[in-house]
Amino acid sequence: MSAKSIHEADGKALLAYFLPRSPALTKESSATSFVPAPPRLASLTFPDDSTATVTAVLDAAEATYPWLLVDGARFVAKPDQLIKRRGKSGLLSLNVTWSEARAWVAARAGKQIAVEGINGYLRTFLVEPFVAHAQENEYYININSVREGDWILFYHEGGVDVGDVDAKASKILIPVDLESEYPSNATIISTLLSKVPESQHATLVDFINRLYAAYVDLQFTYLEINPLVVIPTASGVEVHYLDLAAKLDQTAEFECGAKWAIARSPTALGITAPTTGSVINIDAGPPMVFPAPFGRELTTEEAYIAELDSKTGASLKLTVLNPAGRVWTLVAGGGASVVYADAIASAGYANDIANYGEYSGAPSETQTYEYAKTVLDLMTRGSPVEGGKVLFIGGGIANFTQVGSTFKGIIRAFKDYQALLHTHGVRMYVRRGGPNWQEGLRLIKNCSEELAIPMEVYGPDMHVSGIVPLALLDKRPVGISAFGTSGTISVM
Amino acid sequence: MASANANISRFEPPTAPASPLPAYQLFHNKTRAFVYGMQPRACQGMLDFDFICKRSVPSVAAIIYPFGGQFVSKMYWGTKETLLPVYQAVKTAAEKHPEVDVVVNFASSRSVYSSTMEILEIPQIRTIAIIAEGVPERRAREILFKAKEKGVTIIGPATVGGIKPGCFKIGNTGGMMDNIVASKLYRPGSVGYVSKSGGMSNELNNIISQTTDGVYEGIAIGGDRYPGTTFIDHLLRYEADPNCKILLLLGEVGGVEEYRVIEAVKTGKITKPIVAWAIGTCASMFTTEVQFGHAGSFANSQLETALAKNAAMKAAGFHVPETFEDMPTVLSDLYQSLVKAGTIVPKPEPEAPKIPIDYAWAQELGLIRKPAAFISTISDDRGQELLYAGMPITDVFKENIGIGGVMSLLWFRRRLPEYASKFLEMVLMLTADHGPAVSGAMNTIITTRAGKDLISALVSGLLTIGSRFGGALDGAAQEFTTAFDKGLSPRQFVDTMRKQNKLIPGIGHKVKSRNNPDMRVELVKEFARKHFPTTKLLDYALAVESVTTSKKDNLILNVDGCVAVCFVDLVRHCGAFTAEEAEDYLNMGVLNGLFVLGRSIGLIAHYLDQKRLRTGLYRHPWDDITYLLPTVDSLGGKGRVEVNV
Repeated sequence: MSAKSIHEADGKALLAYFLPRSPALTKESSATSFVPAPPRLASLTFPDDSTATVTAVLDAAEATYPWLLVDGARFVAKPDQLIKRRGKSGLLSLNVTWSEARAWVAARAGKQIAVEGINGYLRTFLVEPFVAHAQENEYYININSVREGDWILFYHEGGVDVGDVDAKASKILIPVDLESEYPSNATIISTLLSKVPESQHATLVDFINRLYAAYVDLQFTYLEINPLVVIPTASGVEVHYLDLAAKLDQTAEFECGAKWAIARSPTALGITAPTTGSVINIDAGPPMVFPAPFGRELTTEEAYIAELDSKTGASLKLTVLNPAGRVWTLVAGGGASVVYADAIASAGYANDIANYGEYSGAPSETQTYEYAKTVLDLMTRGSPVEGGKVLFIGGGIANFTQVGSTFKGIIRAFKDYQALLHTHGVRMYVRRGGPNWQEGLRLIKNCSEELAIPMEVYGPDMHVSGIVPLALLDKRPVGISAFGTSGTISVM
Repeated sequence: MASANANISRFEPPTAPASPLPAYQLFHNKTRAFVYGMQPRACQGMLDFDFICKRSVPSVAAIIYPFGGQFVSKMYWGTKETLLPVYQAVKTAAEKHPEVDVVVNFASSRSVYSSTMEILEIPQIRTIAIIAEGVPERRAREILFKAKEKGVTIIGPATVGGIKPGCFKIGNTGGMMDNIVASKLYRPGSVGYVSKSGGMSNELNNIISQTTDGVYEGIAIGGDRYPGTTFIDHLLRYEADPNCKILLLLGEVGGVEEYRVIEAVKTGKITKPIVAWAIGTCASMFTTEVQFGHAGSFANSQLETALAKNAAMKAAGFHVPETFEDMPTVLSDLYQSLVKAGTIVPKPEPEAPKIPIDYAWAQELGLIRKPAAFISTISDDRGQELLYAGMPITDVFKENIGIGGVMSLLWFRRRLPEYASKFLEMVLMLTADHGPAVSGAMNTIITTRAGKDLISALVSGLLTIGSRFGGALDGAAQEFTTAFDKGLSPRQFVDTMRKQNKLIPGIGHKVKSRNNPDMRVELVKEFARKHFPTTKLLDYALAVESVTTSKKDNLILNVDGCVAVCFVDLVRHCGAFTAEEAEDYLNMGVLNGLFVLGRSIGLIAHYLDQKRLRTGLYRHPWDDITYLLPTVDSLGGKGRVEVNV
């Protein structure tokens, strides 16, 4: 997947490093000199909620980030896990001393909470210096990408209650052709900054130019700062980005990976790296982290499949939606897997869909075996349910995936789970096409007879997901016969 | 016999320039394309498709491969062969093939941006298909911006491409040839479709061929967020093309491109009947957020959900089925009504073409066989794991079978008892080296000092191994075994050998004697006596030794002789070999193999030693050579040289 969210701390680290460095896109020279403060980002990760772990992490933070212990310093502490509207969920500790912040974090670290209906564990926190400012100094800025270019949205009244910025904010579209169509400072000021005191125009336009240059340079696809705080000082203004949400284009890793890494290197973050036990990174810093959304920590099985997926050119995906669900799928192909989920949902079984996933890109027999085994293991846990369970072994007409060999992998898994499949009353429905499909279907049909698993098998003359209404609604398409049986019409 | 060249079809470029094409037509049955990237399978698929479509010239004019040194690539044209030129630069290829207006770009996600930008500078190119997945979004946008400027149609990125039955196939679209034939893609039908997913395009081909007169053209725009062309671009082409009668749109959750089609229908830009479905309707019913297969398939608003799209399309008068499974029925009904109305006149079905089937695939299907030129029975690297005589390499380590165990697997294709493996290792350890003065080591040292590499130095040492140096093992095994098997008593054996003036191999040592035994021999004897089921031949050899030492104290059973007879005892009696097998292995010279393997350790050591010491070229001193040359007189005037020593 291309656009992926990143930690707030990483977003801030990227900006701190690249605002002064990314090559300028505007042809006008900047009116102000921009010296960003060194980043002060104490990022804390808690693998579990035991007192020992929490204390150890917090103690380590005090050693790594000595600025936490400066007398009289005030801080902000918050979870850094892609949670929106943290303030409203009580997940923001503002204007506190380190000992208060420490206690606040310790009370929440590793704990399970519900945020807007989603349950998840608080694992990662960010502690940074508190910036005292007045409400009128808060702005809102957002850059996002569309087909025609990148929109910059600016609103002069930022903050948590910014509201519907799509309707309220001033906007400018930066076209794709940056070389010849990048707007002038005057245009930016007139379109975006009309409601901002004129004294801040020069600084803000420079900041926007720099921010957008970094957005392009680092291949962000989304960047929102709210509030952006601009505090007038004797010599000009100070710019702070207090809260930030960002997405990077993960597919641009080969172009930007080194830049993403260097901004997050210990040197760039102003910390001393631990000298022992450090791993060798391929770039001058740790590789970018793309965290799972809050509440979507991978289960053991999902993590196992993700691990398998990362080791092969084939694609293996698994999301468990409802472990108690009665309808399971083992579907080949990204498109087909969606079609299957659609068909199951529209047959009225949305709450019974146990998993979403797919295997494709010519996985080997062993990889398919591991994948199938994981699904069979999940579906045969617990005590059997009334009416049994359904497994769809589906897929489109493959381009190159060998149906024979992938089905051999699935059959191996059946043999491992034969008894459990019987215990749980699993019925199976198969539909597949592609290279050597006849052999694959023959093998699986023979296997079902050998293992006494109830199974209906269809080839490409069945609609790709036609076995779903057939199994769940008993809708049998006319004129389509199961694999290995003769045609429906017989001449007497 | 015709030469191999006689079976190669060659195609000349057309002499007259083609007349300009209507804007709606990207492909026709004379379309010529470049394939960028070395993709023999895709090229072959395109050529096979061309062949069954009865095209007169192949659709692939040339391959562009920047890393290529090769200037032609051999492909099949039906059952014959043809040669595709391979160019390193797009510019050269374009100059040589002015008729080409399509590029199928297989460049990787890393290099697709630069290669596509380069192709966009070639004015003759009208269409580029980009296959790569994972093209950065910013780069994709730059490509589509530039393409728009140049008036070039981009299909992709992240797509299999598209197909125009009877005319042109992009890369791997349509899958295997049997599927292409099953979906009747060798001749045009009336339905033009556009989908996101390439995988689903096979299904659409299948559905359309079963319910109508077939596909007219099908394009998969790719699943990325910024495809170069979207649904509307292709549907407008189909609308303009008089041969396309039914439009089919397979949309998806995410994005708003379906609404542009709705807009076109509402404003009358599209008037042909259009069947449509957006997949991903389930997304609205899940409580958890699920990222589907495609980067673009994520609903950012209610408008982008598949349910909303289907409802909107239905409201705009599209033929939208209740579920995707009902699409065949909807399509079939629409088709039948158009046939009834006379809009579509079904054409007579041509005979289904024969598919040229690839050798490898026919073999996979078990349709053909041929005698193999080589047979191997010891190791197999084709599967998940390397196998040594059937034993997976992980088991080799799990069971810690050692080098002796590996030798027994590879040399004898079986597990030997542990003591036997240990004995093999023992022999390797004993024969590893015998000092620098022996002829093998000497050769290695001299070769090393001549500045040669490891292999040359090692081999020059190994090449000295034969009946005189290192060959005592084989000889000893042979002589002792023959005598023993003939039933000669030890004394008779010694007498026979003396009568024949033959030394007994394996007997005798330069310095060691009965009273000053060779510790190596003691080790081997002790091991064999302790572990072997029997030591008959060793006992016989020791009896022979007592005969020979009675003549001279140093005529002892030496290490070569001892190893040899013990080895014979081992293969004959360890139970792993039949009597025939045992003799066979001995006759094959397996003992020599043991010596060669063991001594290689030492020879490599001598090579390393000399290198480490930085020794220079060796030249033997004159005073160590006796020069005995004939005098001029003795030449006898005839130029013959005879030397009597």
